[in-house]
Amino acid sequence: MAVDTTEAAAAAEAARQAMGGIGVSLARKEDARFIHGQGHYVDDVVLPGMLHMVIVRSPHAHARIKGIDSSAAMAIPGVVAVVTGELLAQHKLAWMPTLSGDTQAVLATDKVRFQGQEVACVIAETKYIAEDAAQLVSVDYEPLQAITTPQQAIAPGAIVIRDEKEGQTDNKIYHWEAGDKDATDAAFARAAKVVSLETFYPRCHPSPLETCGCVADLNPVTGNATIYMTSQAPHAHRTLFAIVAGLPEEKIRIISPDLGGGFGNKVPIYPGYVVATAASLLIGRPVKWIEDRTDNLISTGFARDYYMDGSVAIDENGKFIGLRVNLLSDNGAFFADAQPSKFKAGLFHIVTGSYDIPAAHIVANGAYTNKAPGGVAYRCSFRVTEASYFIERLVESAAVELGQDPVTTRLNNFIQPEAFPYKSASGFEYDSGNYPAAMKVALDMLGYDELRKEQAEKRAKGELMGIGVASFTEVVGAGKGKDYDIAGLRMFDSAELRVHPTGKAILKLGVMSQGQGHETTFAQIVAEELGIPASDVEVREGDTDNTPFGLGTYASRSTPVGGAATAVVARKLRDKGKIIAAHLFEADVADIEFAKGKYNVKGSPDNVKTIQDIAFAAYTNIPDGIEAGLEGVTYYDPPNMTFPFGTYLVVVDIDKGTGQVKVRRMVAVDDCGVRINPMIVEGQIHGGLTEGFGIAFMELITFDDEGNCIGSNFMDYLIPTAWETPRFELGQTVTPSPHHPIGAKGVGESATVGSPAAYVNAVIDALSHLGITNIDMPITSDKVWAALRSKGVTE
Amino acid sequence: MFPAAFDYIAPGALDEVLSLLGQHGDDAKVLAGGQSLIPLLKLRFAAPVIVVDIGRVEGLEGIRRENGHVRIGARTRHRDVESATELRGTLDVLLDAAPLISDPLIRNMGTVGGSVCHADPAGDWGAVMLAVGAEFVVKSAGGERVLPAAGFFEGPFTTGLHADEVMTEIRIPVGSGRSGGTYLKLERKVGDFASVAAAVHVVLGDDGRIATAGIGLCAVGAHSIKATAAEAALAGQEPTDAVIAEAARLAGEAAEPKADIRGSAEYKRDVARVFVQRGLHTAINRAQGAAA
Amino acid sequence: MKVTFEINGTEKSVDVEPRTLVVDLIRTKLGMTGTHIGCDTSNCGACTVLLDGRPVKSCTLLAPMLDGKKVTTVEGLAAGGKLDAIQVGFHAEHGLQCGFCTPGMMLVGKALIEANPHPTEDEIRWGISGNICRCTGYMNIVKAIQHAAAANAAENTAGVA
Repeated sequence: MAVDTTEAAAAAEAARQAMGGIGVSLARKEDARFIHGQGHYVDDVVLPGMLHMVIVRSPHAHARIKGIDSSAAMAIPGVVAVVTGELLAQHKLAWMPTLSGDTQAVLATDKVRFQGQEVACVIAETKYIAEDAAQLVSVDYEPLQAITTPQQAIAPGAIVIRDEKEGQTDNKIYHWEAGDKDATDAAFARAAKVVSLETFYPRCHPSPLETCGCVADLNPVTGNATIYMTSQAPHAHRTLFAIVAGLPEEKIRIISPDLGGGFGNKVPIYPGYVVATAASLLIGRPVKWIEDRTDNLISTGFARDYYMDGSVAIDENGKFIGLRVNLLSDNGAFFADAQPSKFKAGLFHIVTGSYDIPAAHIVANGAYTNKAPGGVAYRCSFRVTEASYFIERLVESAAVELGQDPVTTRLNNFIQPEAFPYKSASGFEYDSGNYPAAMKVALDMLGYDELRKEQAEKRAKGELMGIGVASFTEVVGAGKGKDYDIAGLRMFDSAELRVHPTGKAILKLGVMSQGQGHETTFAQIVAEELGIPASDVEVREGDTDNTPFGLGTYASRSTPVGGAATAVVARKLRDKGKIIAAHLFEADVADIEFAKGKYNVKGSPDNVKTIQDIAFAAYTNIPDGIEAGLEGVTYYDPPNMTFPFGTYLVVVDIDKGTGQVKVRRMVAVDDCGVRINPMIVEGQIHGGLTEGFGIAFMELITFDDEGNCIGSNFMDYLIPTAWETPRFELGQTVTPSPHHPIGAKGVGESATVGSPAAYVNAVIDALSHLGITNIDMPITSDKVWAALRSKGVTE
Repeated sequence: MFPAAFDYIAPGALDEVLSLLGQHGDDAKVLAGGQSLIPLLKLRFAAPVIVVDIGRVEGLEGIRRENGHVRIGARTRHRDVESATELRGTLDVLLDAAPLISDPLIRNMGTVGGSVCHADPAGDWGAVMLAVGAEFVVKSAGGERVLPAAGFFEGPFTTGLHADEVMTEIRIPVGSGRSGGTYLKLERKVGDFASVAAAVHVVLGDDGRIATAGIGLCAVGAHSIKATAAEAALAGQEPTDAVIAEAARLAGEAAEPKADIRGSAEYKRDVARVFVQRGLHTAINRAQGAAA
Repeated sequence: MKVTFEINGTEKSVDVEPRTLVVDLIRTKLGMTGTHIGCDTSNCGACTVLLDGRPVKSCTLLAPMLDGKKVTTVEGLAAGGKLDAIQVGFHAEHGLQCGFCTPGMMLVGKALIEANPHPTEDEIRWGISGNICRCTGYMNIVKAIQHAAAANAAENTAGVA
């Protein structure tokens, strides 16, 4: 008997693995091409007659253009064209709209407004020739004073950067508020204690290993425009191309092949895409433009650059009763943030985080500076990273001032599990959560109490060790469409599922993988819902001719929105299958049952028709009055966001002599609801923890007083290697999303959102007994050394 | 990102190299492993008329011990120093420095002589060569010179090497005394240049006193720096904590760092001090443990 | 100028400008696009190839330097339709996400376990520290290389038995 049970269980497990449904760590279907070196990225696209484009960029952060002489460049054999802003202006393409409703220069005409701005494009037979010629394009600049901080920008009398913009008389971009000022003022008035923090989340850059680029192939005869493009949102880009370039949308085909990472960097439309497209149209040959790393770092979507200060009001019981936050954002020379149009500071107002704070008031202001535009969310859902960082740092400060263990402060103030759905003071409805549970798992994994003892012993000996805590909550998976849109396009997403007569399926999506493993994960959703093995489900994305319209992949929205669409469309087909099954069984549809890919009539569980039988019948033996085929499409508009959360714990040791910080341990407990492919989920978390580590300790784009970019290549923009990167210990809790069809939440960004504060809190925890309360990221050894020195600590 | 056009030649014999350098002077650049030169060519910071690749010249590689010297062929790759474990106990500082140069792939191509001649103020070998009192054998069509490391580094990317010369060998004197050394490097990540680094090499006399000490500093000045005052303060002394601390202080004073994104001048100077102090302790411990 | 070398076991003779970078030669002239370009400053290792068996950055090599040498790229890993152990390891351990660093990482991993068949985790992390991955956080790349090392060891043991 016992043997039978074991065998049955083993057989069931084998069947589960073979099906590859939800919860199976299926090895990735997409791997084969990559491990053979057959990944197909934009730079791998070679078309007959293809030309190469190189961009001439401004060496100045701010200068008037007095003239451009391209004659020497044009004289080089093999140079086909030098495109300038003046030429584009004749086609009304010198400026383009941004994702935040501003305008951005495609190629500068009047002035350059940041170092690295696009000034001219050289198009030549080879990339070597294009680079040779680009050196010879002579631009006559009259340098102007550069503004390199938003504080300078909004100071009275500051030189106006966007003087070409009608009605723009200063450098202010927006003023935005959320929450309730009066209620917050009242909370602060009755507070027993107020704890404040002023911090800066510096500019960093997603820097996918593959830079941005395109191959634009416009055929003047047919009018067809095929653009191979590094795009996280090919459909949205097609529509925007139609609007910007005035091309007929039905003639535009955007193909985003394999992407070598994106992390938000491949959401905006950059000038290079526009010029390459225009050039292909004018010249009548395909034009390839591939950024080099410096192009990528100095001109494309950066992230963060937020100055934040705020306070938490605390009552006599140690409960948070109010939160105030002011932020000043540096948006660079053009307001090109990629974010939902109704929210000028993205979703920053999630800043109340995991805490039950009854009153909150957020004031945000944005400023133009002579720096690159962008403001993309580097592995983040529209500024949730900055918000999470701020609240988790502020809670750390509160714990220090209250003389509490930071875990205690958090447990005292968490939104309690029974409070969900929870309406936050800044207007979100959190769908679900169980913050104390995740905290407990993390503390147990780390052995928190023992480490606190070790810390006390070390401190007595003058050694520096710290334990950092962060309990983040994210908001991911935009829409719903009524509240969230980008450039007017509502943030739904789509799935089209076609089951072929032999029972094999193709799933086409509006989202776009950049390494997240969509070809596997989404096949697993179909396997779960329809009972077609994941190995029989082919997933297609990234070709606007062959996939349904969707808003793309960023802000952890693929699983919350595209994944939901997949489940829903599979259920539609399942229901149609019931009609066909009823026909085959000669039974009533209401009497048909479905489970794990098999249909039967109620009461006759052993007489089944498989989904494959049904698929064949859908093309060969369809009942009268029913359309043939087994396919469908769903455009899914989520009823709410999903709210992944977790607790991250970090242990650091600090070298007093050099200020070097060594991360000894990193425990990450994530709750992203139901995990479709646990292996892939963990891979996403590993990656995010590493980028968070990079941001906390080394990744930085900064500028000198003249506006020269420091961090313009990988010698200066530091990305952690395997050697520096901590070894991560992962744990989980599972709190399903109540509104998502399969209970899943986004996970791709949790770790980048949650981890920076954990790393920084660990460093501050090691130093707080000395009176050190804040060090802004990246926490470099010289900053730690200087902080120690300021307190008289030395080796 | 591609280099500007240049002519290229890879002679099979040293004489031909020397003749080409004599002919082209400053218009020529010598290519050894290429790990410093090729990035400069790509950035178009260097645009030579002709690149003379010495990769096919026989006899420029290898490490051997001869006549009281360790002789390192100029084209010996960093990786080959890294794996020259026979140097342990004699020239610890070389073995400790080699694995900290750039990253493993660069070390598979980059050469010791190339790095020394490139003379990046943040290059690791310069400080090491100053610490161990190396001599550089350089040749031109006109003959051979032997240049001591002390004085060789004149400024950023500037050395005593003439445009018509090529380095062929590095000679490091090794005596019979007990010696120990080490290399400490502060880098922001693997592959980074040093923010600060210190090379230390100590020889103990039979009486247990410090016979000679060599200290080279990296990335804290316009070129690699020999901390001569610190070295002098150690010579002939008992290796006490106080003597070491004083030498480290003097080494810190010898540093001439500039503030940059990696930190303030004060910070770099202090790390130089800390590294020399730690390095001397390690070096002396190793020497004391070494068989005479 | 003419350069003759062996790539993935096949001799090639190509006519190139001396300034041609090896990565560009491989990608453009030979049409083998598995070798990638991720930076311009010899930092990222996306362009890694094996030169006479040792991993090097092909963006920091001039085409003429190849003359008379042997090059292996990712396309040369699988032999006779059989995956190399390193490829199996990367697939089995989810050692890749976007796939852009993967060819370089696999080649470095292969060379590493050939030189050191039983590497520690530290030795692996040190050995791959010239290659940047932006997606995986390296955890599963380390496992992938361990997986391949274990598979090689098992095969060698089987061979002995």
